[in-house]
Formats: sequence, structure tokens, C-alpha cells
Amino acid sequence: MTTASTDTATGATGGTDILAVAREQVLERGEGLSEAQVLEVLRLPAERLTEALALAHEVRMRWCGPDVEVEGIVSLKTGGCPEDCHFCSQSGLFDSPVRAAWLDKDRLVEAAKQTAKTGATEFCIVAAVRGPDEKLMEQIRVGVAAIRAEVDINVACSLGMLTQDQVDRLAAMGVHRYNHNLETARSHFPEVVTTHTWEERWETLQMVRAAGMEVCCGGIVGMGETLEQRAEFAVQLAELEPDEVPMNFLIPNPGTPFAHLEVPQGPDALMTIAAFRLAMPKTVLRFAGGRELTLGDFGAEQGMLGGINAIIVGNYLTNLGRPAEQDLEMLDTLKMPIKALNDTL
Amino acid sequence: MFCSFCGGEAASGDHEHCRARLSAIDPPRYCPECGRRMVVQVDPMGWTARCSRHGETTNAAQR
Repeated sequence: MTTASTDTATGATGGTDILAVAREQVLERGEGLSEAQVLEVLRLPAERLTEALALAHEVRMRWCGPDVEVEGIVSLKTGGCPEDCHFCSQSGLFDSPVRAAWLDKDRLVEAAKQTAKTGATEFCIVAAVRGPDEKLMEQIRVGVAAIRAEVDINVACSLGMLTQDQVDRLAAMGVHRYNHNLETARSHFPEVVTTHTWEERWETLQMVRAAGMEVCCGGIVGMGETLEQRAEFAVQLAELEPDEVPMNFLIPNPGTPFAHLEVPQGPDALMTIAAFRLAMPKTVLRFAGGRELTLGDFGAEQGMLGGINAIIVGNYLTNLGRPAEQDLEMLDTLKMPIKALNDTL
Repeated sequence: MFCSFCGGEAASGDHEHCRARLSAIDPPRYCPECGRRMVVQVDPMGWTARCSRHGETTNAAQR
């Protein structure tokens, strides 16, 4: 039995410590935390961060194993997007320095080859669009076929919102996984995007799953959401049961409506990682964009030892990442093996 | 000369934040010669930036 009172020194509510509860519920039984429980973790005092990360790491090792899934991503179509996602430098509605660019097939295949050389098992092709038109679908068809013919790597796509016909065609092309981020809590989404709805994104994700593709769905931490909304988002993702959750941390990019926001603080980001792992003990939880500014080198290691079990290596879509070699050295130092391709099929 | 991050004149204003971003997570967005916005393609291991007046630069040329 718990009460509403909270011990501010330990974060324990009504005498029941949330990490003790999580140890039994999540670590032992594999049941993710509820929204109220995730919020308790997010509200833990900073002194308990190390403890929360250690438990999240134990959960990851117990339910996912030691392997780390490595992925590379590339922007096939950059900029000029008609949507108004307030964090995104690729919206054509903002005065952003990012200009439109298209990647040709040869450079796309070369990017996949470079990614495969790192040991990555996933290569995600991304386009800044509301949804794909026929021209883009044809480019995807040609590009995916070329990569599958020349490179030993799983191909994923991220092309915005899809119709049922497009979902079926991507599945038929052999697209292994489809990324479509919900980005933030349903209650906060209207503050982030006004040109489409959270529900429209959810519908695409349901079609992707039904077609047999793996579902990749995550979001961005630090877009002005409250801790309550962060907890809400964690359980909404858990309800979706995605195969992978990429965790991004806001990069306040020039020209975007969120340019004025602060870079999320490292301890806050790390507690969020731990909380998301405790909400989703069995999913692939991937380090994505923004970790370089928010966490730095030391924080990246703490995240890998705090629930993360996948990583994007190299550059992102419009921002640069750490050199891939640096992340691979980090995994080697941490004695975390890279997941092999035959383990993903 | 122009700042590759914000496009402002390099000799005027404070570009400390710009330098920090360029050294950490951003490719150049503005041509340092003329300040025009460049077409930039980022790929997993590098980037290419093309100015309509001054041609193409890559990360290989800068490092």
C-alpha cells in the first residue's frame, strides 16, 4: 500500500521504493513500468541516478542480452519538407540554412557499403517528406534492390506517413524495418507538429506491423515536455510494442521554432534512458541524434551501461555524429559485442 | 570571409557558439568565401557542401 507522500531524499513514495519495485517487476518478471511508475523514476533525485542506470543495465542484459545492434542512416532526400515539425531543420516552412538535396543511387549504395564495414546490421534510408510520392517510391525500389544485391545488410526506411498500398510495396521490396517516430507524448504533440496528427502517425505504424515489417518508433527528449508527458510517452511507446525505440535528444537547430530551447542536460537524459528501459525491458533501445551535445563521451558510456543496447554510428541526416571508429572502440572497451547479421534474421 | 555556421561576417560578431557547433555536430552550411547557403549532403561517414559560385568542399578536404 502506498500513500501520496514522497521522501525527497530517496524518491521513495509512501515507503515503497520505485527501484525496488522495478527490480522485482521488470528485472524478475519482465513487465514494464506503468506511467505512474515511470514518473516516479523520472522524479528520483540525482543521487540515485547511478543506481537507476545500474538497474536498467541489468534489465537490458537479462531481457535483451549483451549484443549491441549497430545501424547507419542516410538522408536520401534532404530539406524542403512541407510539414512543420518544430525541431526539424528540414522543414521548408522555416528559415533554416538546410537546402534541398537528393542522393543518387551510387552514393546511396556506397553509404550502405561504408555502414556495413563498421559491422552494422541495419541501414536506414530516410526522406524528409510528409509521405512518399511515386518518384520517391521508385527511387526506393531501385535503391533497395541495389543495396540488397551488393551489400550484406538489412535495409530499413523512414519515409513519413504511408498508404496501405505503399506499406505493401515496401514490404514486397524486402524492407526489413520501418521507422516512423511518434516524437513525443500524445498530449504534447500539438505543441511540436501542427500539419498532421499523432494519430496519423500511429495509423502508419499499425499498417507497418500488420504487413510484417519490424516497427521502429521513438522520439526526441527535451522539446519542452513535462516529466509527466515524458512518462506518458514512454508508456505510449510500450503500448505500441515496437521492435526498436530510437532515443534522440533535442539539437536546437537554427531557424526552427525550437532553436531557443536549451540542450537537454546529461543527468536528465540519462535518467530518461533508465526510465524508458524500465518501461520497455525487451525492446531495442537505440542511441540516436543529439547524444554528442547532451551526453558527451563519458555520458555515452553511461548510457550504454544504463539500458541502451543499440547505436547509430557515424553521421545523422543533417548533423554529424562522432566518428564511427570512436563508438566501435567504446563498445570494445565496454566489452559489448556487436550483434551479427545472422542474429537479426 | 563568412562564418560557415551562421553565414554572418566572420570578422564581426561573436562566433564562439558557431565554432563549437562546427567542431562538434554541424557541417558547414554557408560558403566561407561569399556567405551563400550551400547544398550540403551528409552521409554516414562524411559530408559534401556545394556553393553555386565557389564549388564543392568535402570533409576530406577539411580534415
